[in-house]
Amino acid sequence: MSFFTTMRSSDQQSFPSRKGGDYIRDLDWVLLAAAGAATVMGSLLVWSASRADLASPTDPQSYLKKHLINVVLALILGFIASRLDHRWLRAYTPVIYVISVFSLLLPFVPGLGTKIAGAQAWIQLPGGFTIQPSEFMKIAVILMMAVILAEKDRVTEEPKDKDVRLALIVAVLPLLIILMQNDTGSVLILGSVTVAVIAVSGARTTWVVGLLVSTVVGILLAIQLGLLKQYQVDRLTSFINPTADASSIAYNSTQARIAIGGGGWFGFGLFHGPQTQGRFVPVNESDFIFTVAGEELGFIGAAILILLLGIVLWRAVMIAMKADDMYGRLVATGIVAWLAFQMFENMGMALGIMPITGVPLPFVSAGGTSMMATWIAIGLLENIRLHSQQQLP
Amino acid sequence: MRDRSMLRLMVLGVLVFSLVLTLFARLFYLQVIESAKYESASANNSVREIVRPAVRGLILDQAGRPIVSNRTTLEVTVDRVALAREKDDGEAVLNRLALLLGTPVEKINDRLKTCGAEGAKPPPVCWNGSAYQPVPVANGIDPQTAINIMERSTDFTGVTAQLHANRIYPAPFNVNAAHILGYLGPVTESQLEAQGNSDAYDRLRRTDIVGRSGLEAQYDDALRGKPEVTSLAIDTAGHVTEKLGENAATPGNYLVSTIDARLQSVVESQLVNAVQRARSQGYPGKSGAAVVIDVTNGNVLAMASYPTYDPAIWVGGVTKKQYDALKSSDSLSSNAIQGTFAPGSTYKVVSTAAAGKQGFNLGGYYGCPEQYKAGNQTFRNFESHGYGTISLARALEVSCNTVFYGIADTMWKRGGGLDADRTAPDPIANMAKSFGLGTKTGVDLPGESSGRVASRLFKAENWDAKKDSWCANALDGYSETRKTNAKLADFYTALDKENCADGFRWREGDALNAAIGQGDTSVTPLQMAMVYSAIANGGTVYQPRVVKGIIGPEGKVVKNFTPEVKSTVAASKSTLAFLQRALPGVTLRGSGETPFAGFPLGQIPIASKTGSAQVTGNKVSTSWFASFAPANNPKYAVVMMVTEGGTGSKTSGPSVRKIYEALFGVNGRSVNPARSVLVGGAPKLDLPKVRSDGTPVAPKGKNSGVRG
Repeated sequence: MSFFTTMRSSDQQSFPSRKGGDYIRDLDWVLLAAAGAATVMGSLLVWSASRADLASPTDPQSYLKKHLINVVLALILGFIASRLDHRWLRAYTPVIYVISVFSLLLPFVPGLGTKIAGAQAWIQLPGGFTIQPSEFMKIAVILMMAVILAEKDRVTEEPKDKDVRLALIVAVLPLLIILMQNDTGSVLILGSVTVAVIAVSGARTTWVVGLLVSTVVGILLAIQLGLLKQYQVDRLTSFINPTADASSIAYNSTQARIAIGGGGWFGFGLFHGPQTQGRFVPVNESDFIFTVAGEELGFIGAAILILLLGIVLWRAVMIAMKADDMYGRLVATGIVAWLAFQMFENMGMALGIMPITGVPLPFVSAGGTSMMATWIAIGLLENIRLHSQQQLP
Repeated sequence: MRDRSMLRLMVLGVLVFSLVLTLFARLFYLQVIESAKYESASANNSVREIVRPAVRGLILDQAGRPIVSNRTTLEVTVDRVALAREKDDGEAVLNRLALLLGTPVEKINDRLKTCGAEGAKPPPVCWNGSAYQPVPVANGIDPQTAINIMERSTDFTGVTAQLHANRIYPAPFNVNAAHILGYLGPVTESQLEAQGNSDAYDRLRRTDIVGRSGLEAQYDDALRGKPEVTSLAIDTAGHVTEKLGENAATPGNYLVSTIDARLQSVVESQLVNAVQRARSQGYPGKSGAAVVIDVTNGNVLAMASYPTYDPAIWVGGVTKKQYDALKSSDSLSSNAIQGTFAPGSTYKVVSTAAAGKQGFNLGGYYGCPEQYKAGNQTFRNFESHGYGTISLARALEVSCNTVFYGIADTMWKRGGGLDADRTAPDPIANMAKSFGLGTKTGVDLPGESSGRVASRLFKAENWDAKKDSWCANALDGYSETRKTNAKLADFYTALDKENCADGFRWREGDALNAAIGQGDTSVTPLQMAMVYSAIANGGTVYQPRVVKGIIGPEGKVVKNFTPEVKSTVAASKSTLAFLQRALPGVTLRGSGETPFAGFPLGQIPIASKTGSAQVTGNKVSTSWFASFAPANNPKYAVVMMVTEGGTGSKTSGPSVRKIYEALFGVNGRSVNPARSVLVGGAPKLDLPKVRSDGTPVAPKGKNSGVRG
């Protein structure tokens, strides 16, 4: 029903009866269904990946339970985000931004921060929960840039250079902090978001070209640096132990590809992937979650997962296109760029076409912050859609 | 500008779409196109097998007596994976274990090292198996020690005491039969390679113990059974995550040999007696062999080789010292099937058959002068006797060489003499081949020699192969040898010069020597036994057997071997009948008379032929005694030989007589089949019974051969 509602909505835009709208009816149900299905699949995969890690004295379901709590919290936050008033949101965006930048610095505070997989990007909370502020930072940067670049609200006018400069400063400041945290994946994603938002804002072509060039150079440099590190790590581990060192980057990438390749058309079935259950692939409940999908659900299952996330991106692009103001469009654009590059980086790493940087797979990976941030993004997309439909004449 | 914004948004959309498409394409490539490559990689990553070999099948003698059996002993194994999880890598556990077993801890540590690892001792000290397989460190421990280990399991993490089956040799009637039974040893690299990349659960594994010689090797597949294999999925830390599968063990099948333990025991001790008889005459008597064949089907009833070894020495692996001692004593190979020897006068039956085929009158009379002149060479009778003109039968009885020289000389000249080419007729060699000489008998034992038949063709082919080195040596003049011994170098040079020039020629002397089993002809004692069996049974050369059947561990007959004919002798019935009539004369009034003095030949006529073969380099001849009996209704063929043992009659003959006494139940002049060493007076044709619990039904009491 949701799909047709969406199709019809464009025809009905001219009818005054649309004014006022209906929250439930006007939601993009396709977007919600795709994101929800991806979250369900993700929970199963997290369950399968984590139960192998938990030895008998621990409850093998404990990780799953924590994950489900996170999902519930994320859905609540997403719902709130969809109901926020635009004026309120725009007014408080600077506050959100400043708080985010400060929280980004918290992992550096001794006793508060935790280093996971080499990145000093987590805040330790009681009860075994951790928060990764850089995930929220992505939202804050998108909102802040949108506020600055859509300031004039005259859609035909291109943003002034000083606005673009300000937007850039707003983006680069957290980017530098994240870079210091060694979280290369988030840097790549924030960079892509920045370029996409500035481009869609209608900024002068010189800005876009200049940014694209510097981003590509920056990404190339980062990959280059990443590769250099991998090369060094490989050389070191192969010197110490010629066969298999579980910490070697080459080993991770090989094991990930063995897991995915082994799955074939239909996979080994949930809970039956030898690589997954044998814990041969590291962090397979988060960074390498896609290997679990590949091995246990096979090509069919993994392709469905890509398709679900693809649908989310398609709906987000549609929302950006139909947004009634520049603010909405820029927020939706930022979310598209964020989710698209994060998905590509995560899956591409498991498939061996992207360098290994630890980023979670949106909706799927374990990790509360990421889950919450992506569902807030869904809430914001719905918010923009509802706003566009309600503001129509 | 709104349009620019929209355009750029569309570009972003296309970019996102292409990213998603890229992921699809890559996923498809990895999972569908390259899937096969990764499937096996994943399987190797995480599956470990725990293998418990099946209990090996027994080997029974023809009457059902176990001659190779198993004994379960308590074995201590150490699981290195479990040790590695200990805080001190299991050092404390191993120290405690060493104290309990009373062995130095270094010895246990040496045993636990994987072969090929740094600092590992050579096998059998090091562990030749997988890291996940518990390593046996002590065998045959007493039950109290085992109980100690099992009760204090917290002190002995990873240490287990369990039952383990080892080969034992019940040795009924003190039988040895080492060369027939063979022994076990670790699987060889070539065996592992030969099976390729098999992943069958019953494939050979590096830890497997397999038959390495004799019946243990020949029938390894049947005896070994199938192991119990548990496949476990393990994770990177070595923890078991899942039991993937389990194959139950299938115990090995039982072999039923044609060998009779009691007869074998008699033959073994009589062979030793013959060797001692040779030595008491002042001869070296270095080695020997004896074979008893059932002429009606080619079954080997007994087969002994001297010197021999204790088969039990191999149980649990031999030390390097033991192995070197076995090697240097020449006791590892079987003289009965692997040793080849000049047959001497026992070969005259072949020449006689060839003469019959060539139209020589078998009933005729031939000159037996003291010596025979061929060209400028003189060939003498053994011990230089002349008998005047005698019948061919008499020539066999007294083993007159010159009669056979005359016959061979005539054949050689008929065949074209010195200038005949290599394809010219060679009646004696052809007859020998039809008797199965020069080729393997096909006995079901590994490592058999084929022997050699001297002939025109052999000489020509030998020259083809060796002429280059002969000619080179003749030119060089043995310069190396010349430095130390000029005389020897001259001799060798002259020899090679001659060989180089016309070593391909089948000379008159070659033909004469060949007729009396000298020269290049060599045979295995088993081959000779098959020749006499064929004469006895009217011309059938059977493929000799050592195993007559295979029985499952629960008593079901798996295989019943039937006699197989290898060849038919190319001699007429009348020629064979002539030999059957003539050979008992050897025992009655010829060269075999002395050892059979007082034997009831009237009731059991013995057909025999003695042989005293000259061997280049040995001063003392090889003693042969080949025979079959009863000559009028042949049942058994008995052949015995002793190298450097003197005459056939003096050294081997008396022992062959004892074997016949045992076979027929002869005591003095009385014959009583009930006294035969064979239960029931004859070899059993059917297979003995094995009960469903695996116990063979063997003769009881005195006939069991087991004391107590």
